[in-house]
Amino acid sequence: MAYVYENVPPGQYPKPQTKVIWKTFWILFFVTALEFLLAFTMPTGGLRTSIFVLMTLVKAFYIVAEFMHLKHEVKGLVYAILIPTIFVIWLIGAMFIEGGSIYDLVYNLYKK
Amino acid sequence: MAHSATATETKSKTSVWFGGTEPFKASWGKLMMWYFLLSDAFTFSGLLVAYAVLRFTKPSYYESEYAKQFASIKEAGEKFVSSDAYWPIPEKIFDAFPFFHGQYLPLVFVGLMTFILIMSSVTMVLAVEAGHRRHRADVEKWMLWTILGGLTFLGCQAWEWTHFITGTDKGAVRDVWMNGEWVKQTIHGANLFINEYGPAPFAFCFFTITGFHGFHVFSGVLINIIVFYNVAMGIYDRPGRNYEMVEKVGLYWHFVDLVWVFVFTFFYLV
Repeated sequence: MAYVYENVPPGQYPKPQTKVIWKTFWILFFVTALEFLLAFTMPTGGLRTSIFVLMTLVKAFYIVAEFMHLKHEVKGLVYAILIPTIFVIWLIGAMFIEGGSIYDLVYNLYKK
Repeated sequence: MAHSATATETKSKTSVWFGGTEPFKASWGKLMMWYFLLSDAFTFSGLLVAYAVLRFTKPSYYESEYAKQFASIKEAGEKFVSSDAYWPIPEKIFDAFPFFHGQYLPLVFVGLMTFILIMSSVTMVLAVEAGHRRHRADVEKWMLWTILGGLTFLGCQAWEWTHFITGTDKGAVRDVWMNGEWVKQTIHGANLFINEYGPAPFAFCFFTITGFHGFHVFSGVLINIIVFYNVAMGIYDRPGRNYEMVEKVGLYWHFVDLVWVFVFTFFYLV
């Protein structure tokens, strides 16, 4: 972000612009609260895990987009950061599935 | 800067990648912070990938013979017993809170830690905002709150680790290899090789992942203190200087918060 007020003489400060910051905070707060609610009310399973992962990505979006200000950067920078990250997040997801697959293989071998 | 301004005048818009301009419209310092964070994200992803494989190559509690004797998933959940044969349910393990000894308060403490870290992220972004206004007193105030939040989080984590290592009063019976034979022994707490909560990789992942994250919080607090010192000394108020350094440490601090969001989901909730 550009420093718009670079020429402001000391003592004469513009008004704080904090509306977006607090809005983002409340979104993060409610998503986390909802996660807790689900953790205690919903039975465990694939659906619950998917909802948790989805909500994590929502939180990650708001932290990166608003707090880290990436949403307001130049497109090239956004892609430079996002594209590698998307691949590596896919790797984490793939390994969760792969782990389950290895488990099936190994434990079914033992049973025979 | 003056150099790049004259260069852009003579070049058309299409030559944005041919030098003399700032294609990303960000200073080199900020770009390098972004690239550092990207590489750091890969490091954390490496840990999470290892965790994913270690966890799901173990049976889950609900698939165990013990859990299957109960009529419903709910009842099985209530009658949870830890064993090294299956991965534990995290909310049954992380159920302690300081000064509430022996009470079952699942995930409350880790919820508080999450709240503290998100809150400190908010105060950090408020410090950055104050920096844009060049309001030194506000920057100082919000940076101090951020440092305090970071220290509180570290304190919470120290307590959490102490509790995890010390263990519960009850402990758990495990087979331990002693003098050439397997012996049944009640063990308390956890180390890298054996723990009362579940298979060895459970504690191993806990120590590495939360430990590496805690190390990031620790270094974040140190960098915040250095930048706070610079702010308080008025270094960023000097002619030609601005508060961009607050923004750069802010990026790092938000990243630490971001990592915690993922650790929280994958280690404590799933």
